[in-house]
Amino acid sequence: MPLVEMTDLVKHFPVNEGTLLKRTVGQVHAVDGVSLTLRQGETLGLVGETGCGKSTLARCLAGLHPVTSGRIVFAGRDITNLSRKAMRPVRREVQMIFQDPYGSLNPRRRVGSIIADPLVIHKIPGDRRKAVQDLMERVGLNPEHYNRFPAEFSGGQRQRIGVARALALRPKLIICDEPVSALDVSIQAQILNLLKDLQDEFGLTYLFIAHDLQVVRHVSDRIAVMYLGKIAELAPDLYEHPLHPYTNALLSATAVADPDARRRRIILRGDVPSPIAPPSGCRFHPRCPKARELCAQQEPRLEGNSHQFSCHFPVRPGGSL
Amino acid sequence: MSLLDVRDLHVSFPTTDGLVQAVRGLSFSVDAGHTLAIVGESGSGKTVSTQAILGLTPDADISGRALFEGVDLLQLTQEQLRRLRGAEISVIFQDPLTSLHPLYKIGWQIAELILVHDDSATKKQARERAIELLGLVGIPHPAKRVDDYPHQFSGGMRQRAMIAMALALNPKLIVADEPTTALDATVQAQILDLIGRLQREFDIALILITHDLGVVADVADEVLVMYAGRPVERADRRTIYYRPHHPYTKGLLESLPGSTGARKGRLTPIPGQPPSLIAVPSGCAFHPRCRYAMPVCSAEQPPLAHVTGDLPDHASACWLPHEAVGLGEHAEEIRLEISGREPDAVSDQESRRGRAAG
Amino acid sequence: MTITELRVPAAQVTGRSPWQLAWGRLRTDRVALASAIVIVVLVTLAVCAPLIAAWNGHGPDDQFRDTGITPEGLPVPPGGEFWFGTDRLGRDLFIRVLFGARVSLLVGVVATGMASIVGVVIGLLAGFYGGVVDVILSRLIDVVLSFPYLIFAIAAVSIVGPSLAATVFVIAFYSWAAIARIVRGQTLSIKEREYVEAARSLGASDGRIMFIDILPNLLAPVIVLVTLLIPAAIVFESTLSYLGLGITPPTPSWGNLLSEAQGFYRVAWWYLTLPALTLLLTTLAFNLLGDGIRDAIDPRTERIFSRRRKKK
Repeated sequence: MPLVEMTDLVKHFPVNEGTLLKRTVGQVHAVDGVSLTLRQGETLGLVGETGCGKSTLARCLAGLHPVTSGRIVFAGRDITNLSRKAMRPVRREVQMIFQDPYGSLNPRRRVGSIIADPLVIHKIPGDRRKAVQDLMERVGLNPEHYNRFPAEFSGGQRQRIGVARALALRPKLIICDEPVSALDVSIQAQILNLLKDLQDEFGLTYLFIAHDLQVVRHVSDRIAVMYLGKIAELAPDLYEHPLHPYTNALLSATAVADPDARRRRIILRGDVPSPIAPPSGCRFHPRCPKARELCAQQEPRLEGNSHQFSCHFPVRPGGSL
Repeated sequence: MSLLDVRDLHVSFPTTDGLVQAVRGLSFSVDAGHTLAIVGESGSGKTVSTQAILGLTPDADISGRALFEGVDLLQLTQEQLRRLRGAEISVIFQDPLTSLHPLYKIGWQIAELILVHDDSATKKQARERAIELLGLVGIPHPAKRVDDYPHQFSGGMRQRAMIAMALALNPKLIVADEPTTALDATVQAQILDLIGRLQREFDIALILITHDLGVVADVADEVLVMYAGRPVERADRRTIYYRPHHPYTKGLLESLPGSTGARKGRLTPIPGQPPSLIAVPSGCAFHPRCRYAMPVCSAEQPPLAHVTGDLPDHASACWLPHEAVGLGEHAEEIRLEISGREPDAVSDQESRRGRAAG
Repeated sequence: MTITELRVPAAQVTGRSPWQLAWGRLRTDRVALASAIVIVVLVTLAVCAPLIAAWNGHGPDDQFRDTGITPEGLPVPPGGEFWFGTDRLGRDLFIRVLFGARVSLLVGVVATGMASIVGVVIGLLAGFYGGVVDVILSRLIDVVLSFPYLIFAIAAVSIVGPSLAATVFVIAFYSWAAIARIVRGQTLSIKEREYVEAARSLGASDGRIMFIDILPNLLAPVIVLVTLLIPAAIVFESTLSYLGLGITPPTPSWGNLLSEAQGFYRVAWWYLTLPALTLLLTTLAFNLLGDGIRDAIDPRTERIFSRRRKKK
């Protein structure tokens, strides 16, 4: 049984106008029919560009946004749009690590009390101070710094604080929303190693969101690519055999730290269209080098088993755009 | 003679907590048509050094020399510098919104820049030039978009508009400070492509400031690596990536995912945290994090010196001998032998140090 | 990313809270320190006013018909016995200014304190819940802020009659809206921060998020605003008392001292000038201290109030 099963998940945000009397003039199609499963103990990487809906998807799963339609099943239980009270036990199992090591820690509170937050909120009995110091030790922080404020820590140390807070309730699933993209390269590797060690030790499942394709490739068992609210492609060995033209373009655009690497960038035309009025048919068709008439008319379905993709004219292995 | 020649630059900021030594002796030069990448992490001084040269750090104490076509920029008045910026030297910032005024049309802002620096230009000419520039940087329908406001542009288009502004006065040098960091991969590829093309076309010198080693591998001719306000290694692009000498450069390359090739394996981070610029470690500032640190490293600051026997342009500020160059096993053996460490002891120490610093 | 970047590696700088850091910066601000000293001295004098009166034997309402009035029936100028001179009835002006300070400072502090509590709660609720709650509370704030306050004060006092309580109430009623508006705006931005989202994802209750996560981050702007509202309240009290709508004689307040003195400025300069200068000094000290606190708490980022002291 998969740990998480999302079926046809849709999240639209209304676009309001007017100051006194608000009226809805449109919908942002942030997540538009996504089906994903997370298996116990795996890391599912989720990549995509700004506005593709990956963060919204994560927040729906974390119960931070009510979903517009669709279903989320967690550990066999339907948790779609649960009431606050019914959601409480689920929150113990699902934790989140945020992108911004500065923004995700309250600057006016001491680190010890920030890490103790989950224990206090869920009324976990026991010696909280000891529990917090054990957590700090586990994530590589000095437990004596219990009484310090976030501003006294560097970016990497703050992200460790965020990890300790997410770990406090021994959750099953941790949603990592760009956990290392604000960090320097040398520190980034420290945090990625820490996440890996914790996964092995506690049998955690990760939903790992990032825009850095090298990082995602390193940590993930399977990788899903999102474009304008939809899954374009999902596979374990995505980088070796990308089928979707968008995945190909994304991979070719990634700057690799190797001067002699073969560089044949596929430069896409234009920008990502607005999610308020997404294009007809395949959402990638206005920028796709392979687009034909059919692509503008008919939306491709996500097909395949272990390697899923949604494209009428996929790039065949060994072929090119 | 180089277009820009910086010698022994020092920049510091007096604060209530103490003196922040942002740049502690930096020298570099750039030639016309060449790209120098300055690489470093937060607090390495990469941004501050160029800002200081261009007079954008009003509170700083600056010493050293920065000769631009033979004129020392550090001796110029604010007014002279202001005239130079934009005309001879352009700056592209990470966040285009900090440089584009939100309440004026983009075309007007470009035209205004031209009019301020060129008395002979008419308003009509300036506007036409603005449209031409927007077209040059790949804005579709430039004649129409010239009257848009910055908020009507997407992130990638704003960065293009910034580049159009940077090119408006045919500068000889462009300083690009993390120009693509805020952009998505596909847009980043577009912008890097554009900068490279324009640079070749107009023979402009480019200083690219970035933390992204992938971008550097793509576009740089020469690379300067900075740590805690000092240059630690300088070489051409291929040497930096394949034959690094300084342990910090090596550490940066090894901490990148994908560098080891092993998927789902452990990465090799640099242990510890970057130092405070108020209390910079003695000797080589990197020694508390360096796995090959020797007694001399904490006592004496190594000079940025030519790596003997290597390419003439390869310089490194490290006490390790020149044989310790490269990423291979042979070099690793030499490093460990000289620093007197056992291969196994290293990983233990790394984890202990990482924790102690945390 | 210039200075921010430089401040990042702060790991070696040890154990200081944001408040301690602010205090460290405030201590180096001479203007703010001088203002604080002025305020402390004034408060001490006001608190000790009865002691001083007992010490020199001049009660606030004692009339000194022999020594305090010239043969022509005019007030006596400042001198050894009457430091600030006397008023038209031969009372010691210095003692009356001190007793006036008790009333004026009390009104300023109590009214602003009440306004802060109401303003913070309403602003927090409006900003946090948004939607209908926000629409209703924000319109309420707008209505209060667009009241012609002097006319409102005159109307209110004419119904209940002038008194200390009425004065405090009128000032508090007018002041809370300004605080609520600032707090609402700040809450709107703070509630979008990731640490609030983190608290939500942990299942924290609304009350916990508002009071544990948001409120401490509001204190800085509220403290600054309060130090700026106290002098405004003191001036407001003086205005009301001057018009005979606030504190009624014989209880001295700075407002009615000025009101009494207005006919005498040709013959007795000190009668109007010295209370007025005290009032000016007090409001100036509060305002400068408020500026200093703002700079100390928030040395470079966004300014939420328009006034800004130029630094070299």
